[in-house]
Amino acid sequence: MQRYLGIALLGAALVAGSAQARDSYEHVRFGVDVPYEPMEYRTADGELTGFDIDLGNALCEQMGITCEWIEQQWDGIIPGLMARNYDAIMSSMTINEERRAQVLFSDAYLTVPSAWFAPAESEIETPDEQTLDGLTLGVQRGTLQDSYATDFYGDVANVRRYATADDMLLDMESGRLDLVFVNYPVGKTTLLDSERGDYRVVGEMIREPYEYFGDGIAIAFRPRDEALAERFNEALAELQESGVYDEIHDRYFRE
Amino acid sequence: MELTTWLTDLLDGNLIFTPQTLGYYWDGLVTTSQLVFLSLLAGLVLAIPLAIGRSSRHRWISLPIYVYTYVFRGTPLLIQLYIIYYGVVFVDGIQESIFWPLLREAFYPALIAFTLNTAAYTTEIFRGAIKATSRGEIEAARAYGMSNALTMRRIVLPSAFRRALPAYGNEVIFMLHASAIASVVTLMDLTGAARFVYARFYAPFEAFLFVAAIYLCLTFAILYFFRFLEKRLLAHLKPA
Repeated sequence: MQRYLGIALLGAALVAGSAQARDSYEHVRFGVDVPYEPMEYRTADGELTGFDIDLGNALCEQMGITCEWIEQQWDGIIPGLMARNYDAIMSSMTINEERRAQVLFSDAYLTVPSAWFAPAESEIETPDEQTLDGLTLGVQRGTLQDSYATDFYGDVANVRRYATADDMLLDMESGRLDLVFVNYPVGKTTLLDSERGDYRVVGEMIREPYEYFGDGIAIAFRPRDEALAERFNEALAELQESGVYDEIHDRYFRE
Repeated sequence: MELTTWLTDLLDGNLIFTPQTLGYYWDGLVTTSQLVFLSLLAGLVLAIPLAIGRSSRHRWISLPIYVYTYVFRGTPLLIQLYIIYYGVVFVDGIQESIFWPLLREAFYPALIAFTLNTAAYTTEIFRGAIKATSRGEIEAARAYGMSNALTMRRIVLPSAFRRALPAYGNEVIFMLHASAIASVVTLMDLTGAARFVYARFYAPFEAFLFVAAIYLCLTFAILYFFRFLEKRLLAHLKPA
């Protein structure tokens, strides 16, 4: 009997605890998939940095709360949010319908196109079903780029899915991949501007179709945390007003 | 045609198990089976001479084999797979060599890693069985005037294989389960298919429970195959 009482009390405490947490967050934990340069990555001395990180910290400061960053591999990032391993995802997540069914998004804070990248000596000019036929394409598993490449070219090309962007770049460097499909800022920083070798963009920037590329990048919350999302939206508007947002933006996306 | 309509009806309204994702699971099943079967076969072929060498009295034969089995049994298969898959590209000139078309794919590095790993375990299983051959049988063979090679072929190996069978059956099942790590090098095996479905539909339970059920079926098939073999080959050990 006593044992059941203990379980009941524990259950009651859990319910009370989560009810309390719902009201006001004084401390927000962000889930983030690292590395994804320049959005989120570590400097040589191990410090976490990037556009998302700086903007997230600035938002927390604006709201007068503290925040911390928890690393989570991309393919488990939404289940991790649901499992309460963290309170929000700020990891270059694009708003699209599939995800909107699972999470609550803040206002978009950035729009980035995706692009195909290939070694400089590659002969492909425009990626389509004919030119990609039989080639090996690299994407990060569970990204919108994965969905797009799988649905459009999965039948003609060999799509290889990587757990981390790092593993994918390593295979690009070693010549295992003919093309990779990533969001443009990441490809620019990690391939075009890097010492890894000579790479170029193949074809146009890709922003369509809408079901895949959606409305831009936003912070994701659990659906019931509407109040928290609202507070972040207000803070984001304030930062855009005051010019802090532009200052952080220029830090990472100066052409 | 009938099968497709039946399947479409069955899957109607199901968001996760669409013909597309079932196709991924099917391809995954094929990849896993190929990988496990080929690595076990190659591992078995390698293990027989290695096991004989490992039980040799000459240290210059047995010692290198011991080092090999020690290294491959003493390190995680995941690390071996990483080293072979990512490490091979740092070998100078590998991209220009004739092996590159094979090593470029994820399948062959994984096959090499799995083969070397299972060969190491199988070598030790067989060595134990060879060592356990009773002295009387060998002495009897000697008395008949059999040479070392003939004794090995006619007396030692046939009985050693039978003794090794239950332990080897376990190794086959371990290998099936170990093959689940192949997806870390982008191979779309069963686990790779499950990870894809998990990441795409955010449905960990459905994706992984389904794949766990497939692994269970495979394990049962292997189990019954070995039970059948044991019944036939080890009939003389059954209590009368």
